[in-house]
Amino acid sequence: MEHRLRTPISEENVSALRAGDLVWISGTVYTARDRVHALLGSGEELPVDLKGAVIYHCGPLVRDGKVLSAGPTTSGRVARYTKEVVERGAKLIVGKGGISEEAEALRGKAAYLAYPGGCGALAARGLRVRKLHLPELGMAEGLWELEAEDWGPMIVATDSYGRDLYLEAKRSRQEITNP
Amino acid sequence: MRRTDLVEATVAVLKRAETTLPSWVMELIEKAAGRETSSIARSSLAAIVENVRIASSDGVPICQDTGLPVFHLEIGRDLAIPPFLEEAIAEGVRQATAEIPLRPNAVDPLTRKNTSDNTGLGMPDLIIDLVPGNELRITAFPKGAGSENASFLAMKNPADDPLDYVAREVANRAGRACAPVFVGVGIGGTFDLAPRLAKRALFNMPGTSEMELALLSEINRIGPGPMGLGGDTTALGVKIETAHCHTASLPVAVNIQCWANRSATAAVKDEGWSID
Repeated sequence: MEHRLRTPISEENVSALRAGDLVWISGTVYTARDRVHALLGSGEELPVDLKGAVIYHCGPLVRDGKVLSAGPTTSGRVARYTKEVVERGAKLIVGKGGISEEAEALRGKAAYLAYPGGCGALAARGLRVRKLHLPELGMAEGLWELEAEDWGPMIVATDSYGRDLYLEAKRSRQEITNP
Repeated sequence: MRRTDLVEATVAVLKRAETTLPSWVMELIEKAAGRETSSIARSSLAAIVENVRIASSDGVPICQDTGLPVFHLEIGRDLAIPPFLEEAIAEGVRQATAEIPLRPNAVDPLTRKNTSDNTGLGMPDLIIDLVPGNELRITAFPKGAGSENASFLAMKNPADDPLDYVAREVANRAGRACAPVFVGVGIGGTFDLAPRLAKRALFNMPGTSEMELALLSEINRIGPGPMGLGGDTTALGVKIETAHCHTASLPVAVNIQCWANRSATAAVKDEGWSID
């Protein structure tokens, strides 16, 4: 199934998503990677409100206020902060590679979407810069407030019911190697 | 050799490598897309093909992770090695970072302070081979962190099966390394030679020996598919390089390269340079 969503993301939006569905997003998207998550983990206030937010694990390439390339970064590095991100109200987490066992924190509250890794030029077409928060962290690590327009396609990799495509791919691999 | 030629050639190979993919890489991706039985995998591979088309036509980097500046230098033995060799390539990296542009990725490993120009201690990383001839061949091989972080080295027991180990580990790791991946394998040598063999294996991709094709199909049999989301294509190519090792050792190193197997080569001569 295909979903075209607009931020803020509601509980109904999240509960309509099922693993394997395709999603396009319009509205506000916040980037956050290692450094922003570390702030979050140490209990600091972020300069943006995460209620109903879309968090994108991404360190974009930006010049003169224009997004040139902005694919996802590996979510595994920041997976340990999933609970905090969800507690602050984020509804969709976008990245690549999944968040492994931390996915349990999504149950009933949020979903994880996979943007095709490495597709920076494609992703940039749907994203515009609104503002750079925490500029002292630099281009890759800063918190970019982006405006998305029909930005996608993302695959629902982990839905709010606990179905996880990464886990399923891993299980089928274990069945093959340990029959 | 003139310094300006080397600087210009460095900028040119970085620009080509970052904004296009070699045609043989695109052919492998397109073939895989045609074979995939999983619709999710087909959607990821279609996005990749579309992404490369946009990057090439707009002249923007394929991936926002424009990597660390790794170069393979093939230096002709009859060439007088210029005193500015390393410095001119570093200058090319600085210019390319501003012009293309590239994302500034190089940080001090302990303070995490970014140099803002992709150079620094040990960067650019120059991997040098001496070859016959009187020219310098410079290949840009920008290396992103996703696939580099998924790479590994193990000092195995000589009784172990290195290929079975590589297949299982790659299958475990490829999902977070932007699969479908290319797998550079270094077997043998010493603790530090094995990973260098693995990196060089990426320069000589793809392998076509029976052993390499068997390892490729084993990885694809047990692997998690494009982006780790299920499917038939976990790897697109495997290359194995070996060196003799101690009778008591079995070093095994794997350097993983994501689907964006970026590279471009130029030849720099006494006067002038040309891109391949």
